[in-house]
Amino acid sequence: MQPALRFKPHDFWRGALWSAYALVLTVAPLIFKSSLALTMLSQIGIAIIACLAFNMLFGQGGMLSFGHAVYSGLGSFFAIHTLRLVSEGAWSLPVSLVPLAGGLAGMGVAVLLGYVTTRKAGTTFAMITLGIGELVWAMSLMFPGFFGGEGGVTGNRVVGQPVWGVSFGPQIQLYYLIALYTFGATALMFAFTRTPLGRMLNAVRDNPERVEFVGYSTQRVRYLAFIASGLFSGIAGGLAALNFEIVTAETVGAARSGAYLLFTFLGGATFFFGPIIGAVLMVVATVLLSDLTKAWLLYLGLGFLFMVMYAPGGVASLVMMNLRVAAYGKLRALWTSYLALAATALVALCGTAAMIEMVYHLQLDAALGNELRFMGTTLNVKALDSWFGAAFVALTGAGLFEVSRRRFAREWGRVQSEIQRLMRQGEGRP
Amino acid sequence: MSRPPAIELRALRRNFGKTEIIRGTDLKVNAGERVAIIGPNGAGKSTLFNLISGRLAPSSGGVLLHGQPIDGRKPYEINRLGLARSFQVSNLFAGLSVFENIRCAVLWPLGYRYAFWKFLSDLRDANERTDEVLRLIGLTKRREVLAANLTYAEQRALEIGITIAGGANVVLLDEPTAGMSRSETTRFVQLIREVTVGKTLLMVEHDMSVVFGLADRVAVLVYGEVIAFDTPDAVRADARVREAYLGVPVAGH
Repeated sequence: MQPALRFKPHDFWRGALWSAYALVLTVAPLIFKSSLALTMLSQIGIAIIACLAFNMLFGQGGMLSFGHAVYSGLGSFFAIHTLRLVSEGAWSLPVSLVPLAGGLAGMGVAVLLGYVTTRKAGTTFAMITLGIGELVWAMSLMFPGFFGGEGGVTGNRVVGQPVWGVSFGPQIQLYYLIALYTFGATALMFAFTRTPLGRMLNAVRDNPERVEFVGYSTQRVRYLAFIASGLFSGIAGGLAALNFEIVTAETVGAARSGAYLLFTFLGGATFFFGPIIGAVLMVVATVLLSDLTKAWLLYLGLGFLFMVMYAPGGVASLVMMNLRVAAYGKLRALWTSYLALAATALVALCGTAAMIEMVYHLQLDAALGNELRFMGTTLNVKALDSWFGAAFVALTGAGLFEVSRRRFAREWGRVQSEIQRLMRQGEGRP
Repeated sequence: MSRPPAIELRALRRNFGKTEIIRGTDLKVNAGERVAIIGPNGAGKSTLFNLISGRLAPSSGGVLLHGQPIDGRKPYEINRLGLARSFQVSNLFAGLSVFENIRCAVLWPLGYRYAFWKFLSDLRDANERTDEVLRLIGLTKRREVLAANLTYAEQRALEIGITIAGGANVVLLDEPTAGMSRSETTRFVQLIREVTVGKTLLMVEHDMSVVFGLADRVAVLVYGEVIAFDTPDAVRADARVREAYLGVPVAGH
């Protein structure tokens, strides 16, 4: 038998990764100091918890939830009401624990609603979550007393005297509270994947039928995972309530649920850390991209489409596949292809974006004249040469991209089969 | 009083729509016995397995495990009472490694249930049992490979491994050697013999060399009825069995 304590090289790497994660969370606001950056970092922390919680169901349990904003959103509402009770002096609870109230609420709602949803799996599960999402959305408009109607519910996170100089008034103080929760929640959710329940959840995803023949009730496994996911979603919601100090009905809406799904997928649902990447993308897209262009949702949709078609494992799988290539020292053979792919994609994107922006200008900003600035040039929406130029750039880019994609696919296949040969040699098999 | 039979079927019936697949089957398998079920295609062998293991509920009649009625119970309830089954088409956790596949099957019997407060890596008994099963089925070297990437024979071995890993004392194997070469089959018969020592074994099998090599008794199922249930030699000599196989001598099947 192997000794219980044995130093393994990947223990070291795991420790290093977690330290790096803690370090990034700590120093990020010291590097990006602007108030916009701080706002974004706070939202990223919250989104990380929400996307990881969503992925407990989606990536690890094979449960496609179309209404997961219900749990984070109701967590937000319960948290903001808790905060109000605390400010009024009715309850005495440190503000730093208000997110936990959101977590408990999310968990409680998951206990109630999850009992219904997790009785079924697959498409039926997805449909029920969609229905419950709509139900809660409708309720949010029916009960303005709790949901605050159109205006939402507001609160004030500065309560009483500062403790050790911490009042949570300045955003930076709240950021560190969020970062603390983010790290803790990430660690707990990772730990969950290493437990019997976490592993059986993977088994339920892969083969629910067989799970029933090794002693486990698939319903119970799904239900328990759903409750755990509700807890963490609720914590994310509670943090959002503290962060924005206002909670509106949108937080339980379908758009938010869709965003969790979309960005968790983009980040990569098959790896634990994928949703973290997804969360960063989510905030960058909703804050920065939406500021850059009115057509941001269209670009997002295009990006999502490309991802589904070419890299269904998300950004995380791209990272992991390339790490494997690098580990076998083959990345060198691919970098020219990557350069070609990136350059041609950029050209195609420029051309396409120019046309998209012209269409948007024509439809929405026609009153501002026929000209618009785009990447250092002036385009005229009424001039044929602008349209021809943009189309030419787009088509050329797309054509060259396709050529380099084919070349890349060939090289990639060659590299992969070489790696597989090396792996077989390592295992001592022909 | 003598021990109740490990498996007892009492006037078991199951129909799909108007078609009756299992038509009043009676069968008693004693504890520690190895029984093979043979019969032509469509005789209802797999349906019988599904009825015993809880994948299907009987239309009428009873299934008893060590004298305890289990018909209509959920598969996981039956499994917890000590009955495990394998599948004709490998039914694995494709996205998990060989090691994880086996470990998933030992967790419940070792009492870990739905624990989320314990790390898998700390479960010494579960990990040792998993390693032991991997050695038994000869997949120790392949422990980190995803189940989906195994060869066909390895998948069949893993299928058996998942079935016996939990230590159930009644084991149902549905065509364990289907699709295997002669040499693989020989090796597999040996494997099945090893992993079912001291257990009750009920198996569906088409390969007559496997049946006669392993079984203490053979049940012949034709159109949902057991027409013979006796020692291999007696069954081989049975006139009704010969007729059911359309005159083809059983041994030469």
